[in-house]
Amino acid sequence: MVVLPLIGAGLTLAAARRTAVQRAVSLTVLVGMTGMAAVLLWAADTQGPQVVFVGGWTATEGIVLVVDRLAALMIIVSSVVMLAVLSYSIGQGASSFDEESDGQSPLPVFHPALLVLAAGVTTTFISGDLFHLYVGFEMLLSASFVLLTLGGTVERVRAGTTYVLVSLLSSLIFLAAIGLVYAATGTINLALLSERLGEISLGTVALLNLMLLIGFAVKAAVFPMSGWLPESYPTAPAPVTAVFAGLLTKVGVYAMIRTQTLLFPQARFDDLLLVAALLTMIVGILGAIAQDDIKRMLSFTLVSHIGFLIFGIALGSTHGLASAIFYVIHHITVQTTLFLVLGLVERVGGSSDTTKLGDLARISPVVGVLFFIPAMNLAGIPPFSGFLGKVGLVQAGVEQGSWLALVLVAGSVLTSLLTLYAVARVWGRAFWSENVAGVTGRGPLRGGHHMALGAGVLVPTAALVVVGLALTVLAGPLFDVATRAAADLTLRDPYLVAVLGDGGRP
Amino acid sequence: MSVNLTLVLVASVLVGAGAYLFLSRSLIRALMGFLLMGNGVNLFFVIGSGPPGSPPIVGAEDGGPMADPIPQALVLTAIVITLAMTAFVLALAHRSWQVARDDLVPDDTESARIHARSEAEDGDEEAYDETDDTTGEEAR
Repeated sequence: MVVLPLIGAGLTLAAARRTAVQRAVSLTVLVGMTGMAAVLLWAADTQGPQVVFVGGWTATEGIVLVVDRLAALMIIVSSVVMLAVLSYSIGQGASSFDEESDGQSPLPVFHPALLVLAAGVTTTFISGDLFHLYVGFEMLLSASFVLLTLGGTVERVRAGTTYVLVSLLSSLIFLAAIGLVYAATGTINLALLSERLGEISLGTVALLNLMLLIGFAVKAAVFPMSGWLPESYPTAPAPVTAVFAGLLTKVGVYAMIRTQTLLFPQARFDDLLLVAALLTMIVGILGAIAQDDIKRMLSFTLVSHIGFLIFGIALGSTHGLASAIFYVIHHITVQTTLFLVLGLVERVGGSSDTTKLGDLARISPVVGVLFFIPAMNLAGIPPFSGFLGKVGLVQAGVEQGSWLALVLVAGSVLTSLLTLYAVARVWGRAFWSENVAGVTGRGPLRGGHHMALGAGVLVPTAALVVVGLALTVLAGPLFDVATRAAADLTLRDPYLVAVLGDGGRP
Repeated sequence: MSVNLTLVLVASVLVGAGAYLFLSRSLIRALMGFLLMGNGVNLFFVIGSGPPGSPPIVGAEDGGPMADPIPQALVLTAIVITLAMTAFVLALAHRSWQVARDDLVPDDTESARIHARSEAEDGDEEAYDETDDTTGEEAR
């Protein structure tokens, strides 16, 4: 799973001058990954967690790769999303990432970087020890640095600087936490850790947990550490922002789910997480309302909806976790779709600033429909999957019944309504207002010709919209899988037995 | 387990000085801060690996206690990763110098614009100074 995209990255880098070869290789690799992910999901669901001991070492000294239901679900969603983004970027022709040149010169580094990103994300999902998790993070981070600063324009360098520095700092915190974990327990294997952490003093465990949480929370853009996200995302080209929005923050969330459930069942910061989730939701959505630019608005809603995920993690019950897992899947798909659609809006309207747009519904009804469906899905209008995920979270919150959880339930309902307001505002201003800015629908002039819409970009976007809808249709089975995954997480036994053998049973 | 106090002190000083440099607006200074902090953290790994011993290579020890090999492998990996990141930040700083003749992190124009708009609505002179500060911190 990891080696395949890395080989692909090498090949595409070697074929830097032949765009066609690059495209063929990346497409093959990602299709292959999606297929393998499907097989893995099936295997993990029917036969329990799949474990590979890399190099034949035992769990105490070597690297372990583990795929349980949660990891398999995440891998398959991320592969599908990556595939859509890749086809979108191919469809938009010679990569029009470089706004200063004529848009015809392909940037050869895009395909390798995307594949390395795929490898890094997958590594993170399947790694069975903390340090391997760190390596996966660094892989995807370095790839994301490259993607974010593609072309190296002034804006992107500025945004990239913020992003790079924040990411480096969080990586250091994570690394320091790993060092402390090793010093305290003598292992970094997740399964072994979960046993040994029970043997050391509670204060130490709490400190370790807090440091790991801070490291992951920066990656996941939880409120006090979320300032970097709306700063850096909107400057990148549409496919890049889409893949970032869908995947990067979710990797942080995944790491939080994994460590919270597996390592720290006894020393958790549930109340702290609940407060952070509430603040993330509210502050994020208030930020979204203040924005004129759709890209920035979406970035803020991204921050806001991370709050829902943290809410699910903090509840800690099987139902809460299951809803959070379902919501992660929904959110990856929807957010990616929205950013891709925004790319379409930019092509039609020449801008993503609502003050410069107008009357898009008449100019391009297709884009209108493509925007409307995921936008409503994001806001959680029934019967879309966003609604189902939110209902699950609210139910889980009510089940738990502490006053903080109830406050959060109220907060999440409020946030949904505000999201609806923010989305509807954009919808009204960009698609239905009068066309004061004189949008022609022919797109921006670049290199002497207009970038019009084409099937190449429409089809992948439409496909993702359909996937988003399919999540609604398949919500029943999907929720079942998510519930089984969550049950595995709260039980911890399947994971431990799979990694440590029968000796792992406490 | 007893630990080496000198090493702890050195690591703390490295991390502290690094954190100070990291908060600077200059990209190169921040990079230096990152390097110092990275080395400090690596030193923590070495401290955490327990008492020193002979090299952790099978067949090379002279019968004495062997050092724990895992932290050494981890530190080695961490160093490689830090090196890669350093290379990227240097490239970024170079590009920043190319396009802007400057390696300072500038303010986010869009945030500044929204702040300015809310000020215009408030018409409050005092709020101006505060928001100015916050934009600076965000962009850092």
